[in-house]
Amino acid sequence: MPEKKQTVPFSGTKEQEEALLEVIAGLKGEPGALMPILQKAQDIYGYLPMEVQKMISDETGIPLEKIYGVVTFYSQFSLNPKGKYRISVCLGTACYVKGSGDIYNALMEKLGIVGGECTPDGKFSLDACRCVGACGLAPVMMVNDEVYGRLTVDDIDDILAKYE
Amino acid sequence: MKSLEELRVIREKAKKHVCRYRVHVCGGTGCTSSGSLRIIEKLEQEIKANGLEDDVEIVKTGCFGLCALGPIMIVHPEGSFYSMVKEEDIPEIVSEHLKNGNVVKHLLYEETTKTEHILPLEETNFYKKQHRVALRNCGEISPEHIDEYIGVGGYEALGKVLTEMTPEQVIQVITDSGLRGRGGAGFPTGLKWKFAAANQADQKYVCCNADEGDPGAFMDRSVLEGDPHAVLEAMTIAGYAIGATQGYIYVRAEYPIAVQRLEIAINQSRELGLLGDDIFGTGFKFDIGLRLGAGAFVCGEETALMTSIEGNRGEPRPRPPFPALKGLFQKPTILNNVETYANIPQIILKGPEWFASMGTEKSKGTKVFALGGKINNTGLVEIPMGTTLREIVEEIGGGVPNGKKFKAAQTGGPSGGCIPAEHLDVPIDYDNLLAIGSMMGSGGLIVMDEDNCMVDIAKFFLEFTVDESCGKCTPCRIGTRRMLEILEKITKGQASMEDLDKLEELCYHLKSNSLCALGQTAPNPVISTLRYFRDEYIAHIVDKKCPAGVCKDLLQYKIDADKCKGCTLCSRVCPAGAIVGSVKEPHMINSEKCLKCGACIEKCRFGAIYKE
Repeated sequence: MPEKKQTVPFSGTKEQEEALLEVIAGLKGEPGALMPILQKAQDIYGYLPMEVQKMISDETGIPLEKIYGVVTFYSQFSLNPKGKYRISVCLGTACYVKGSGDIYNALMEKLGIVGGECTPDGKFSLDACRCVGACGLAPVMMVNDEVYGRLTVDDIDDILAKYE
Repeated sequence: MKSLEELRVIREKAKKHVCRYRVHVCGGTGCTSSGSLRIIEKLEQEIKANGLEDDVEIVKTGCFGLCALGPIMIVHPEGSFYSMVKEEDIPEIVSEHLKNGNVVKHLLYEETTKTEHILPLEETNFYKKQHRVALRNCGEISPEHIDEYIGVGGYEALGKVLTEMTPEQVIQVITDSGLRGRGGAGFPTGLKWKFAAANQADQKYVCCNADEGDPGAFMDRSVLEGDPHAVLEAMTIAGYAIGATQGYIYVRAEYPIAVQRLEIAINQSRELGLLGDDIFGTGFKFDIGLRLGAGAFVCGEETALMTSIEGNRGEPRPRPPFPALKGLFQKPTILNNVETYANIPQIILKGPEWFASMGTEKSKGTKVFALGGKINNTGLVEIPMGTTLREIVEEIGGGVPNGKKFKAAQTGGPSGGCIPAEHLDVPIDYDNLLAIGSMMGSGGLIVMDEDNCMVDIAKFFLEFTVDESCGKCTPCRIGTRRMLEILEKITKGQASMEDLDKLEELCYHLKSNSLCALGQTAPNPVISTLRYFRDEYIAHIVDKKCPAGVCKDLLQYKIDADKCKGCTLCSRVCPAGAIVGSVKEPHMINSEKCLKCGACIEKCRFGAIYKE
């Protein structure tokens, strides 16, 4: 599995921090408050990076290890941000045989991220998916809801350029 | 609100419908995603344009159940059932029906228009065998207006309980009714409450399991979206019965509409004093908090749910001690399913004998099922216990589409089993289903036909279980994965009979040694498909064939030379270059290269390509 290249640098604003502190202050007295706090924190920031987890730990006194354990347990909580444009490369058999693996690798190189991550500017996130059912168009990738088929590695630059 | 009298004043006011017409539009998740909110907007526009604001009231309601035909709109008082309503139909409905009083027959649910007289909904195949108890208000009232709930008798049961009954009497009524938990296990509700009531503590809790994680199940979602107050009222009654003052509803975050409706309902209840201190002036206090899940199926398990509310990883705990003694925050707790609660107010008002008069000897009352899969009338149905599977599939469900043969019905989701054709006439109740190797489950009922492979289905459920296993206990964490690996080998034609023995042994181990019901029931789909469809497993293992034509690795795609016209469409679309042949000559598929993606079958206009 490729080494994690880089994550989106955390860019929390003062407003977000204030919003988070308000949430924590409001819920602190509640028993079992960690779950609602994490849910609201993800609403504010879009995801739950270590920086946010640390803030929550500092404010509530809950150990960071415990918070990390809870965040990684539930599938709704995300440690990585999703980009404005979510790229999903189909690695199902038909696409794979037609070279979608190369497309996936090329994307990782061009964007400088690995699967599951998001580019530093928050624009693109990359995931692999199973069959999207468009095997006649193999290899296939999707950007948000748009399907691109019959791809070659050379097409990638043009497609990425379409997205502001 | 300090007295029942005030409640009755609100009820009388709500019962007076000022308008000539009341149009109910389904605002459940299914119809909403088909555009029912835009239909409501269009209705409002057209009604305004025709000057009918004083004559027509539009009510966004909960689920009517016939989801296959959504978006659905019912015009009262006639009860005209308009199905698959499109925005462009609205002008005609408004001008013809609402303005001129003429029902628009060609837009009605087809079955109601087969004869001269429009068939009342209760007489259609889908509805005539149903008995809506838990769903009684879904589709009838606006779930966002507490007045409407009160208008149909809501909170009368709570009033009766708090002013006329003792906690022991309440528990006795629930016990006598024979109500069993509707979440899947079917534990007697009265008994559960009795255990919790008997334990002394400074704080007790009433919890509602609204996690509904079974794929294919949406009964609880419909109750929460269509009639949230029934659940709130029932939880308050339960609080009184066991001596609790705080309740929690644990609802999965994937149900945003349900969450929204619950928030509105809780706020409205608090405003009217039906939650909070001194309810109905009796000194009893009770409040309800909402807790959202975060995408973990295991949190539908009793102790995992409580652990999650406590702010932890949703891992189950060993029992004993049982939650009635040490549950949420180590205090006596009862946890009941949404549908179980939805029955409580009716049982209090109409009495336990009424409830016990429905159903079978050991399974009283009704059950809500979510019908899905290979069936015509997909949607939500509520039927008395004891109805047979045949009635559900052939009559209520409208049969299997496309002339295909019924093969099996799956109940209980990933914890359940399949019911084959030989048991179509079994009356559905908790014990009968266990006896034939399945279980009631929460109510998801998926119908499968001859084109489904039962080994593939077992593998599908194991994939789900492996993903959702919390990892705490070894049998489940490792056992489910090993089972999945064997099933994958079988579906790829790589398994031996020894693998089958190993699979069965693993089933036994997981059932006896897992910490919670997720692991204990994970083998059920395998055990039940082995029981009734063992020949399919043998075919995969020994003959390396998939009789249903599903498991790709065991299929060969072939071209019938007699039908092939040599048009070359298939060879051009093949992603693997596996089809050879010259123009106008019959083509051939090279099975070594063939990926079995099916693109060629889709392209062929002569039906010349087949799988075997």
